[in-house]
Amino acid sequence: MTGAPFRSAQDVAASRRNAAPTSMFLRMLVRAAWLRRGRALAALWAMIVAAAVATAMLNLYQDVQVKLGREFRNYGANIMVVGKDGASLPTSAVTQVESVLRGRGLASPFALIVGRRNDGQPLVVAGVDFDRVRQLDRWWSVSAWPSRPGQALIGIRATPEIAPQGQSFDLTFRGRSIHLAPAGTVRTGAAEDSRIFISLSDLVAWTGVQLSTIEVAAYGSPQEIAGIMSELSQSLPVAEVRPVRQIVEGEARVLGKTRSTLLAATALIILTAALCVLSTLMGWVFDRRRDFAIMKALGASARLLHGFFAAEAAVVGAGGAVIGFAAGIGIAAWIGRVNFHAAVTPRFSILPMVMAGSIVVTLLSAIVPISSLRRIQPAAILRGE
Amino acid sequence: MFVRLVYESFRRQKRRKLLAGAAITLGVTVATAMIAVATDIGDKINRELRTFGANLLVTPEDDSLDVEMGGINLKPSSEGGFLDEADLPKIKGIFWHNNITGISPVLSVNATVESGGQTQDVTVLGTYFRKQLSFGKQSFTAGVRTTHPWWRVSGSWPDEGERSREVLLGERLAAKLGIRRGSDLTLARRPVRVTGILSTGTSEDDQVVAPLALAQDIVGKPGAVRRIYVSALTKPEDAFARRDPKSLSGAMYDRWYCSPYPQSIAYQLQEAIPHSHAEQIRQVAQNEGAILTRIEGLIFLITLAALLASALAVSAAMATTMFERRAEVGLMKSLGAGRAAVASIFFAEASLLAIVGGLVGFAAGGALAHQIGRSIFDSQITVQPVLLPVIVMIAVIVTFAGSAAAIRRAVDMDPVFALRGEL
Repeated sequence: MTGAPFRSAQDVAASRRNAAPTSMFLRMLVRAAWLRRGRALAALWAMIVAAAVATAMLNLYQDVQVKLGREFRNYGANIMVVGKDGASLPTSAVTQVESVLRGRGLASPFALIVGRRNDGQPLVVAGVDFDRVRQLDRWWSVSAWPSRPGQALIGIRATPEIAPQGQSFDLTFRGRSIHLAPAGTVRTGAAEDSRIFISLSDLVAWTGVQLSTIEVAAYGSPQEIAGIMSELSQSLPVAEVRPVRQIVEGEARVLGKTRSTLLAATALIILTAALCVLSTLMGWVFDRRRDFAIMKALGASARLLHGFFAAEAAVVGAGGAVIGFAAGIGIAAWIGRVNFHAAVTPRFSILPMVMAGSIVVTLLSAIVPISSLRRIQPAAILRGE
Repeated sequence: MFVRLVYESFRRQKRRKLLAGAAITLGVTVATAMIAVATDIGDKINRELRTFGANLLVTPEDDSLDVEMGGINLKPSSEGGFLDEADLPKIKGIFWHNNITGISPVLSVNATVESGGQTQDVTVLGTYFRKQLSFGKQSFTAGVRTTHPWWRVSGSWPDEGERSREVLLGERLAAKLGIRRGSDLTLARRPVRVTGILSTGTSEDDQVVAPLALAQDIVGKPGAVRRIYVSALTKPEDAFARRDPKSLSGAMYDRWYCSPYPQSIAYQLQEAIPHSHAEQIRQVAQNEGAILTRIEGLIFLITLAALLASALAVSAAMATTMFERRAEVGLMKSLGAGRAAVASIFFAEASLLAIVGGLVGFAAGGALAHQIGRSIFDSQITVQPVLLPVIVMIAVIVTFAGSAAAIRRAVDMDPVFALRGEL
């Protein structure tokens, strides 16, 4: 410690005179926390945990619609675009639908005809875009997708009647025939099992029939999907746009219930976390009744005392909220990765909410013990009663 | 003396004990409610997923191909195989009968409809709307109102009696024919009344939907059913579910048969209904497993968070109450109490608090879970009584863990400082 300048009493007094009036306040704040850093840290820790849990829950609550919405799109199309009164759609309709969607969904065109087999039996033939069907109708269990023109995908129930040994076959439509080679079978458990699928270009070349329906799987909330539907009917006046109610209503119901459960859980968890903060902080403040008494005995006004404890609480609240927010975003991201195999977008709109909530809880936990101490004489506290 | 110390501590420090007790009770309440919700959520969401419609379809074994396009059935009505309506109740006799939530038989027939001088070829879909069936002593409701919940009727549902002449008209067909609800028309030379206009968003919008008996009467095949839609609660399919039951050995076969996989329920339906073929409707059956797994996983992770939060709340409250009682520890130690004696008193107090708080919290948590179940899912969520000892054990452990650090510090402290009120 050589050369450490000795500060005379006058120097100290002078430095205190020249210091800003807030410096003593700040110093008390910092020193008070530092001297009992164990308890201060415990309070801060409780606040961080509470803020982290609250952030994670609120983030998940807001994100679950998007995340589950993606799972629900595995159910396939939720919008059907069909020609009005059974008329066919123009070839450009698919591009028009896609320009409306702008990546907010998938579109899959198809056309249906009733063809005849060699023995004269009728059979529904669908012209589809195999790449799009593959993306949209993920539940199709297909043994091998057609890859070349002239290949067909055959429904599992139609297979024994049409191509039991996998041989090629002929179909006719209004006197024009086509020669098809089976590529594989499709099993869905529904109408598709009795049908034959060929590529849309093959169907158009064979029959001259244009596409009749575009199935659209649009992503988003119910409002966003309603918006996409009205955009679609505006850009395609020749078409009728209607929702697939089976899918839309089921999705809305399951999502609604899940979100309500999540909300109930969020409320419970935030309540518990707030209680944890409250009991820790109340203990910390109550523990410092001696500081309180000494300050009061030295002539501090009630306003200053309240200000001091409130400032302390607010610092803990704000600090805990910021650190907890960061941790909470991390937890939400982890849950997103583990459960949904997708990142959960951090929502910074939650931060003010978490911040305000934290400060309210900490202020509350400071004010309750202080107001109960106010009526007591400082002497009684200092005597240890 | 030990008992008296503990007793007096509770009697004299009511406020402090109440605070700690309240924290434990609340923690246990939240934990119990969340565990109850998490264990039941799979079943609840599974039921909600039934709004997507039937997930199994039973067809005749020797049926010809369906030729249906745009709601029009192009196959002759009497061609192909049929199932017998009398076999329907047997579905409630299968091993997983409790998992069957809905059954709808369907028969599509072709007919002409005449109204105001114009005639039109239409497809008539005969089915049950809401019909009471009974199998042995149990009675249950079958029909499209449970299996196809998205069907909307403006007007009223038709009467389903044996001689009923009431039908629903699909909305597009009604618009085409210019028929409103309540009007009369001629269907296959029979006078019928349209009680309502049906909107489904699918092919039924172009059809006439009639009671099953009327459709059977039109085609002249009493008791005939073309297919049966079955809505069943199933377990997400896994690799084991996809095994062929014929290739499984005895014990493995039993395990496969007694798991509610879509495959095994389809297999049982096939056994129950003669000459039938049952298959899962993949669009519905395949996707519900993924949704169910995601939601269950989410609620499970959130339950972990809730358990963590309540454990922290309890231990924070315990640490705080212990910290306030350093002076007491100092006094005991200065009067000659050993470390073990002091610690055992505090642990006894903590476990008493934990047991009382655990019991009260368990009851409150059960009530809370019940409330959540009623308000969100309109059905019961019950807490398994088996959970009680587990929950109370966890409460005791968490309370101990929460107070242990504080007790140790109090016991290690020099009594002089504690009594002087320093530290």
